[in-house]
Amino acid sequence: MSTDPLLRVRDLRVSYPTPAGPAQVVHGVDLDLAPGERVALVGESGSGKSVTARAVLRLDPDARLSGRIELEGVDLLKLPPRRMREIRGGRVGLVFQDPLASLNPVMTIGRQVMQPLLIRGVPRKVARRRAVDLLERLGVRDAEHRADDYPHQFSGGMRQRVVIAIAVIAEPALLIADEPTTALDVRVQARVLELLRELADERGMSILLITHDLGIVAGFAQRAVVMRHGRPVETGTVEQIYTAPRDPYTKALLAAVPRIGGDVTRPLAVIGAAGEEKEGS
Amino acid sequence: MSEPLLQVRDLVKTFGGRPVLAGVSFDVAPGEVLGLVGESGSGKSTTARCVTRLTRPDSGQILLGGRDVLAAGRRELRALRADMQMVFQDPYASLNPRMTVAELIGEPLLVHGLEPDRRRRRERAAELLETVGMTAEHLDRHPRSFSGGQRQRISIARALAVEPRLLICDEPVSSLDVSVQAQVLNLLRDLRERLGLSILFIAHDLAVVYYLCDRVAVMLGGELAEIGTREQIYGDPAHPYTRSLLDAVPVPDPALARQRPSST
Repeated sequence: MSTDPLLRVRDLRVSYPTPAGPAQVVHGVDLDLAPGERVALVGESGSGKSVTARAVLRLDPDARLSGRIELEGVDLLKLPPRRMREIRGGRVGLVFQDPLASLNPVMTIGRQVMQPLLIRGVPRKVARRRAVDLLERLGVRDAEHRADDYPHQFSGGMRQRVVIAIAVIAEPALLIADEPTTALDVRVQARVLELLRELADERGMSILLITHDLGIVAGFAQRAVVMRHGRPVETGTVEQIYTAPRDPYTKALLAAVPRIGGDVTRPLAVIGAAGEEKEGS
Repeated sequence: MSEPLLQVRDLVKTFGGRPVLAGVSFDVAPGEVLGLVGESGSGKSTTARCVTRLTRPDSGQILLGGRDVLAAGRRELRALRADMQMVFQDPYASLNPRMTVAELIGEPLLVHGLEPDRRRRRERAAELLETVGMTAEHLDRHPRSFSGGQRQRISIARALAVEPRLLICDEPVSSLDVSVQAQVLNLLRDLRERLGLSILFIAHDLAVVYYLCDRVAVMLGGELAEIGTREQIYGDPAHPYTRSLLDAVPVPDPALARQRPSST
């Protein structure tokens, strides 16, 4: 890639203190994200994908991090906590799986979407206008009035749009989305992913998508990193990973996914202890 | 087609004045796997709960092997429940953490009075564990020492203990990792072939349903939008709603994913 990466992660290791000494859960991740690029971190539970994403923003106070995490050339691991807080919700937006858990139940939707702007000194009237415009853009009908509603008055899909609005209103350069559509119905999921892609295109925003769903990755990301047991096992364009996977685990994972139109007369492949593909029985 | 094992007719159910089921009818033949798909709130889980009488419908009829499920008295219901067993989504919540695997699998045999002898229950539990791809070594352990996939196997072994003819699975793989999901799907497919089980398979994942189910019923707002064979539903859906669901399924293939119509 010719441009400088927006995010450059080198040899990231994450460990947590335990009574028996530090337990390492991420064992050296390298990752580059160009401006405007969409990259997926994909893996099963325990693969370290979420821990890696959270480490980028130093979200776990207990986590011990080493390596380098450079955002626009600045090493985030060396920043004082105050600067780090400015980056969260500023240059980097965040969306998690459960929209209900990320929203304040007793604060109006509009107020929550405005918050990142108010914190940054944008006048209330301007912030309100921008919040309503963004909610409209994300498909919230009659946003002017709905901005005065509370989260419980929104459906699951609409709540996730609100969470996205909060994450992107301060125009971040990078959006980290951790399983953003896992709790949603399939049609709502398709719409939310499409909105994320449109937003990324309109604003030149990069997206780091964390997911277990190989189907989503194929349609959404340009590049992917497949993780297993805290290590990246394969990095490449989605075309390369899906059509010519090199790593045995990636191959096995792709063969284990049922497909519409696929062979239903044979067992699905299962994954052996070493991560290799095995004939299912 | 032979006489259906399960016949469901005109199920109606309202919760607080809101219709949840508005006349649901379908059959499941012996040895058949019927998929029940739909989005949240479509009524698919309520349908399953009505069939097992965990919930009572306001009206309708349910026949299992010709016997009336809704009219059954306590004793008859117990006999009926030995014929239809349920597997739930969350293998972490559905197994009593204080019981050993031998107790968990043996319990239905005790409850249904099929095997009063403790030692023979244990032997039967060991056989059932092997049926689901585990071994007798696991008998004295507790659920906490197993992974999600193993727990789901234990749930299935427990459901199979009373030799039901119908297994009702409510999202049995949706909380599992892809690699574990493949194992459980292979197991269900294998059990159906080996034991001639009928399965009512409730799921939101249309690719999983494609893999496992002979016929598929699509639910929308408490009604069946359509019901048909796998080939009909996936190849030539009659209802626009089914089409919109299929269009929204993510495809694990970058070239195909780019070709699909936008979901707007």
